[in-house]
Amino acid sequence: MQDNFLKIRNLRTYFFTRRGVVKAVDGVDIEAKRGKLTALVGESGCGKSVTGLSIMGLIPSPVGKIVEGEILFEDKDLAKLSYKEMADLRGKDISMIFQEPMTSLNPVLTIGHQVGEPLRIHSSLSPEEITERVLSILDLVGIPEPRSRLKSYPHQLSGGMRQRVMIAMAMICGPKLLIADEPTTALDVTIQAQILDLMLELMKKINTSIILITHDLGVVAEVCDEVNVMYAGKIVEKSDVFSIFDNPSHPYTWGLLRSIPRIGKKGKAKKLYTIKGVVPNLLDPPSGCRFADRCDKARDICREEEPPFTTIEEGHFVKCWLFA
Amino acid sequence: MEKEKSLAHETLFEDVIRAFKENKTALFGLIVVVILVVLAIFAPYVTPYDPYEIDLNNRFLKPSLNHWFGTDMFGRDLFTRVIYGARISLAIGLIPSLIAVSIGAVLGVISGYVGGRLGYWVMRMADVVMAFPSLLLAIVVMYTLGATLFNLFIALSVVGWAGAARVVRSQTLSIREKEFIEAAKAIGVKDFKIMAKHVFPNCLPSLMVLFTMSIPDAILSEASLSFLGVGAQPPTPSWGLLVSNGKEFLFSAPWVAILPGLAILITVLAFNFIGDGLRDAIDPYLKG
Amino acid sequence: MENALISTKNLTKIFHLSTGPLGRKKVFVHAVENVNIDIASRETLALVGESGCGKTTLGRLILRLIEPTKGEVLFKGENIFSLDRERMRSLRRDMQIIFQDPYASLDPRMRILDILAEPLKTHNKDMSKREIVERVKELLSVVGLQEFVMSGFPHQFSGGQRQRIGIARALALNPEFIVCDEAVSALDVSIRAQILNLLMDLKERFNLTLLFITHDLSVVSFISDRIGVMYLGKCVEIGPTADIFDHPLHPYTLFLLSAVPIPDPHARDRAKLILEGDIPSPVNVPSGCRFHTRCPYLRDVCVSEEPQMQYIGNRGFACHFPLY
Repeated sequence: MQDNFLKIRNLRTYFFTRRGVVKAVDGVDIEAKRGKLTALVGESGCGKSVTGLSIMGLIPSPVGKIVEGEILFEDKDLAKLSYKEMADLRGKDISMIFQEPMTSLNPVLTIGHQVGEPLRIHSSLSPEEITERVLSILDLVGIPEPRSRLKSYPHQLSGGMRQRVMIAMAMICGPKLLIADEPTTALDVTIQAQILDLMLELMKKINTSIILITHDLGVVAEVCDEVNVMYAGKIVEKSDVFSIFDNPSHPYTWGLLRSIPRIGKKGKAKKLYTIKGVVPNLLDPPSGCRFADRCDKARDICREEEPPFTTIEEGHFVKCWLFA
Repeated sequence: MEKEKSLAHETLFEDVIRAFKENKTALFGLIVVVILVVLAIFAPYVTPYDPYEIDLNNRFLKPSLNHWFGTDMFGRDLFTRVIYGARISLAIGLIPSLIAVSIGAVLGVISGYVGGRLGYWVMRMADVVMAFPSLLLAIVVMYTLGATLFNLFIALSVVGWAGAARVVRSQTLSIREKEFIEAAKAIGVKDFKIMAKHVFPNCLPSLMVLFTMSIPDAILSEASLSFLGVGAQPPTPSWGLLVSNGKEFLFSAPWVAILPGLAILITVLAFNFIGDGLRDAIDPYLKG
Repeated sequence: MENALISTKNLTKIFHLSTGPLGRKKVFVHAVENVNIDIASRETLALVGESGCGKTTLGRLILRLIEPTKGEVLFKGENIFSLDRERMRSLRRDMQIIFQDPYASLDPRMRILDILAEPLKTHNKDMSKREIVERVKELLSVVGLQEFVMSGFPHQFSGGQRQRIGIARALALNPEFIVCDEAVSALDVSIRAQILNLLMDLKERFNLTLLFITHDLSVVSFISDRIGVMYLGKCVEIGPTADIFDHPLHPYTLFLLSAVPIPDPHARDRAKLILEGDIPSPVNVPSGCRFHTRCPYLRDVCVSEEPQMQYIGNRGFACHFPLY
C-alpha cells in the first residue's frame, strides 16, 4: 500500500451525555492515500461525521472526547496535538467543508473577507496579495465575475454558489487534505453534478486529497477511489471502489446496495430489498457484530464476539464472521 | 450535535424535575419558596403573636430570641408581620401573574394564529401597554379604582399581559408553520381546535417560564406601590408597606425597614433562580 | 383524461411578499403558473423537479391547503375551490397528505393514540372511545407497528417509525387520494426501502391514487406510473415513467436524468451532461421558455415566445425544439 499519508488507528470518540456514554466512533481504522478521494459512507448516526470532526480536532469538548487511538497525518499524531498546534494546521494543511453552506458562512461578512480569512491567519501576505489570491481562487471554483462578488454577502448567492465559496475558502491555502462532510446533500441534483465535477478538478489542480463523508452510494460510485463503509461506530468493509461495488461482501454493504432503487431499470421491480430493523442504540451497542440483529446470515458467534478484519481480495477487507 | 438529538426529551414534567435535579441554584430557589409557602400557610402556628396587636410598651425592641426580627414602632412582632406579609406577597405574586399570563396566552395565540387585522390590533394594544412605564400605569389604575388588594390584582394584570402576549405570539408564529399544523388542517380540524389542541400545548413550556419569571416582577411592583402609598393600606402587613413604615426609623431602628426588605430580596431571588433553571431546562426542547 | 380523479386547470399561485424598507416593495414569487395535469384513478403520478420548481406548492394547492391565485382543481369533476367550508371539510376524508419531515409532522406534545385519533374524532363524531382505540390498533398494524406504540410520544420513535405513524394518520379516514410530499427524502437508505415497499403495498391494498412529490429520481423510477417534470413553476414534461427515462423529450429532463449519480463505478465514465449555471429565482422568471437561460439548444424563439404544452399520444412536453 503506497503512501498512506493519513492513517487513523483504533480511533474511539465518545460523547459523555446525561444518559450515558455514546460510543459514536468505536475503534475505527482508516487510511487515505495521497491524491485519492476516499469515501466514508454510512447512514445517519453511524459516526461518519464525528470521525471527520475528530480529524479536524473539532469535537465539542467537554461532552465529546477522543478517548483512544491515533490520527497520523504525515508524521504527526493529530489526536495528541495541543489546541494551538491544531489551530495552526486547520485551514492550512487540513480544511473542511460542511453540508449547509448557508449556516457555515457568516452572514454579516463579505465573501471576499471570508474567503481571504485563512490567508490572513496562516500567511504574511499583504492585503493586496490576499485580494489577488482570493480573486484567482474564486475564479478557479467557477464563480462568474469574481471581482464583483468580493463585496457580496452570503445571502445574495444561490446555494450552489455558496458551496463554491465554501470550497474556495477551504482551498485557498492549498491544503493537503480536504474533509468534505456531505458537501452536496443540500443541493439540487444538477448543482450536485457541478460541485462534484469541481471537486475532482480541484483535486488535480491543487494536489489535494479528499475524504468525502456521505450517505449517498451513487455519489461514492461516481467520484471516489477508496471506500470505507461505516456502521454503528465501526468500519465494516473497506476496499477500492470497483471491488466493493462488484463484490460487496459485508451483509450490510450488500443490503444497502440492493435497497437503492436503480434509475431507468426496465420493468419495475415489485419490491425493494430491505434491511430489517433499525440501527442499534449507541448508548448500549450489542456485543459481537453490531449488525448481527439485522443480518439474515447471523450465527451464534456473531452475537458473542466481534469479527476481525479479513482480507478477501488484495486491498478488500471485511469485518464479518462469514469470511473469518 | 446529531448525537444529542437522538437522546430526545421525555415529557414536560420530567423536564421540570430535571431542571431542579441538575441546577443547584434552582433547587435552592425552590426550597426557599417551599419554606415560605409553608410559613405563610401555617403562620398562626409558627408564631405566638398577633400581627395587628399593638403593644406600646415594647416598641423598637432589637431582634432577640423572643422577637426574632424585633418589634416595630407600635410594638408589633416584626417576624410575625413578615410571615403574614408573605401571604400577601405570594398571593400578589401568583394571582395577577396567572391572570396576566392567561390573558396574554389567549390573546397571543389568537393574534399569532389568526393574524390579519385582529392580530395586528392586539399587538398594537400590547405595544401601547408596554410603552407606558408600568409602575405609572399601575398607579393610575390604583388611583382610579381605589387602593384595595383586589384592585391591586387588577392593576398588575393590566400591566402584565402585554409581555406574555408578545412572547406567545412569536412562539405561535413559528408553531403555525410546523408541518403538524398543516397535517391537522389537511385532516379538517377546525381552527379553534388547532389552537387549543396543538398551538397552546406547544406554548406551554415557555408559558411556564414566563409565569415563574413574572412572579418576582409582581412582588416588586406590589412592594413599590405599597411603598408609595397606593398599594396595600395600613395596618395590612404587606412587605412594601413594612419597608415604607420602617424608613422613618432607618437610623434609630434599622431592622424595621431592612429585615422586610431582605424578605423581598430573598423571595424575588428565589423565584428568579427557579425561572432561570426552568428556562435552561426547557429551552433546548423548544429549539429542537 | 377520461377517468381523471383529479385534474388541474390553469392552476396558478403567485405569492406576494413585501420587502425593502418599510415593506413598500412588493415582490411576486411565481410558484406555480398555468399548470394542467390529470391524475387518473389508482395511478401514481410523480412530480419531480429541483428546489423552487413549485412542486410542493402544487401539492398544497391540490389539497386546498392554500388558495390559488387563479385556476381550478377538479376532484371527481367538482372544483374544490368553489366548495364552502363544511363541504371542503368533509371532502378532506378523501384526500390526505404524508409529509417529508417525520420530526415536524407529528405534534411533539401528543401521544400517538391522540395523533391517530384526531382524524377519526374530527369526522366521526359518534365513534365511541373503544371503537377509536380499536381503529387505531388496526391502523398501527396496517403500517407494521405494534400496539404499544399508541401510548408513546413522537420523540420516542425513530425516523422510520414516525414516518409509519404519519402514514397511518393519512390512512385513518380511508382516503382515495394521498399526496406524498418528499415522504421518503429524509430517511436513510435502508429505512427508505422499507417505507417505499410499505407505500406500494398500501396502494395495492386500498386502491389508492398517489401524487408522489420528490426530487429523488431513483425513487421515482421505482414507485411511479407516470412522471411530471417541473421547472420554475411550470410543468415542462409529462408522460409514462419508462418512456421518460428511456427517451426524454424536454432538454431539462435529459439533463436532470443525466445528473443523477449511478451507484455503479463502471458507469462513471459515461458521457455525462452537466448543466451550466443556477436555477433562476422564481421572483424574476426568464421570458419565453423558462429554461432558456441554461438550455444548450437555445434559439431565438425560446427567448421571445413561451412554448405551450403539446401532446403526442400519452406524452406531453412544453418545448419549441423537443428531442425527438
